[in-house]
Amino acid sequence: MAEQELRNYHLNFGPQHPAAHGVLRLVLELDGEVVERVDPHIGLLHRGTEKLIEYKTYLQATPYFDRLDYVAPMNQEHAFVLAAEKLLGLEVPRRGQFIRVLYSEMGRILAHLLNVTTQALDVGALTPPLWGFEQREKMMIFYERASGARLHANYFRVGGVHRDLPPKLIEDIYNFCDPCEQALDDLEALLTGNRIFMQRNVDIGVVSQEDALAWGFSGVMVRGSGMAWDLRRSQPYEVYSELDFDIPVGKNGDCYDRYLIRMDEMRQSLRIMKQCIEMMPGGPVHAEDGKVVPPSRAEMKRSMEALIHHFKLYTEGYRVPEGEVYAAVEAPKGEFGVYLVSDGGNKPYKCKIRAPGYAHLQAMDHLCKGHMLADVAAILGSIDIVFGEVDR
Amino acid sequence: MDESLIELGEHILDGVEDSMLGFNVAYGELTVRAQAGSIARVLKFLRDDPACHFATLLDITAVDYPQRARRFDVVYHLLSMHQNQRIRVIVETDEETPVPSVVGIYPSANWYERETFDMYGVLFSDHPDLRRILTDYGFNGYPLRKDFPLTGYVEVRYDDDVKRVVYEPVKLVQEFRSFDFASPWEGVEYLLPGDEKAEN
Repeated sequence: MAEQELRNYHLNFGPQHPAAHGVLRLVLELDGEVVERVDPHIGLLHRGTEKLIEYKTYLQATPYFDRLDYVAPMNQEHAFVLAAEKLLGLEVPRRGQFIRVLYSEMGRILAHLLNVTTQALDVGALTPPLWGFEQREKMMIFYERASGARLHANYFRVGGVHRDLPPKLIEDIYNFCDPCEQALDDLEALLTGNRIFMQRNVDIGVVSQEDALAWGFSGVMVRGSGMAWDLRRSQPYEVYSELDFDIPVGKNGDCYDRYLIRMDEMRQSLRIMKQCIEMMPGGPVHAEDGKVVPPSRAEMKRSMEALIHHFKLYTEGYRVPEGEVYAAVEAPKGEFGVYLVSDGGNKPYKCKIRAPGYAHLQAMDHLCKGHMLADVAAILGSIDIVFGEVDR
Repeated sequence: MDESLIELGEHILDGVEDSMLGFNVAYGELTVRAQAGSIARVLKFLRDDPACHFATLLDITAVDYPQRARRFDVVYHLLSMHQNQRIRVIVETDEETPVPSVVGIYPSANWYERETFDMYGVLFSDHPDLRRILTDYGFNGYPLRKDFPLTGYVEVRYDDDVKRVVYEPVKLVQEFRSFDFASPWEGVEYLLPGDEKAEN
């Protein structure tokens, strides 16, 4: 019998695959069941956010950031308002800073809960998403009570936050923290020691320290490999330097370590949220600079000057001094940065969004090489991809 | 903070002087301008020099200034987790002159350069796989250039007769509105309609 030539098998994964976490198309080259090459085709959710922002005033640009990583909307807004504030030289009042930290940490739990539970779903567990989404639902109601929207909050504004929080809301958030921690314990009881979960995650997708640096990783992806790098600690912004929290660090850099770090980070976030509420002072929630921050509705009805400011700020917007800045925050998925170039006008000349998921996804080929086909889903789950921010 | 950045800038200037055009510190950030041809050498120095140790390439992008002869600024953002320092490296180029690719130094540059090529049409020489990445298959033009219209050139819809998605030129029901926000009191540089009468 003539010897047959063996060819590698090409497989299309996605764009409509439930484990693709969105609209990802992976072209996989397989040798039997072993992955030889991964070519991610992205951009199916590309909406031209950066182009749109160049045509909008700074105030109109913030809502676009909610739509990037849509599981933790306010963390994205945070990077943009920090960049604009850096150019404007604006100082945010302390109450505003605490509210921002409070909601950023809530966003971190939102994102991690979704990621951890869907990672479990990808490897075959159905219960965790159901339990996790219950907690997410509660937090989205807190989002709604602060901003009026469950997802696309548009709550962080240049100079502070849009509105103050009602006392009852702050009380409810505080009372939510302990039960939520209990729910995390329940979740962990399902997964951490679970044999199937461990078989699918331990020693899968190992990232070494050198790899993490060379591939531009950040966030959980570097912490999983044993580097204690967290922007909240190393380059603190807002009031993070005053807060007491730990940075969990992994040992092996595999999918399982990344899961453990995310679980622990959620506990730390709850700790930060409680501290924020305990330490939150009174006072204004946004800067009092009338040339940047619009006046309150009540003021606008009474004062002529406030009326003029209101009109000018909501039509023309404010002008931002010429210059270029890069501002980054520790978003749930890693370093989320905004590179903002202003020409002195009322619209950004250029706004580049540095999304952590983009760098992580590009290493898929490197991470999956030599793994089995089934591990692709586990690795994809553990690098925490959301297509809103990858495709922009 | 600023003094240490100036010190770092001078250190880099000493290290790769013939490839540098200068540096400046603004808003607490260090920006280095380099020659496009030797960007690989500069980044290699920044990665390997123990005082710099910028081991992470965070981002590559471009900024378009159509009025300039070399219209693009290609911007590299680097992070050093060891020194807890950030730096921005800028080189200039135009539509035709390729910038040497840095994929050999930072593997993560691969997609960043593809994106910059996709969005601005900046070419990178020796890139292993310079394809479009974010735009549609078969897309024409470079969307983030300033002369690319916000509305684009084509729109898609599902055509029930041919049973597939069809591409058509963009039809705007209303002309694209671009507002002029320059205040007439703060000295605009053009004549408003009717102004010529005042001079006569």
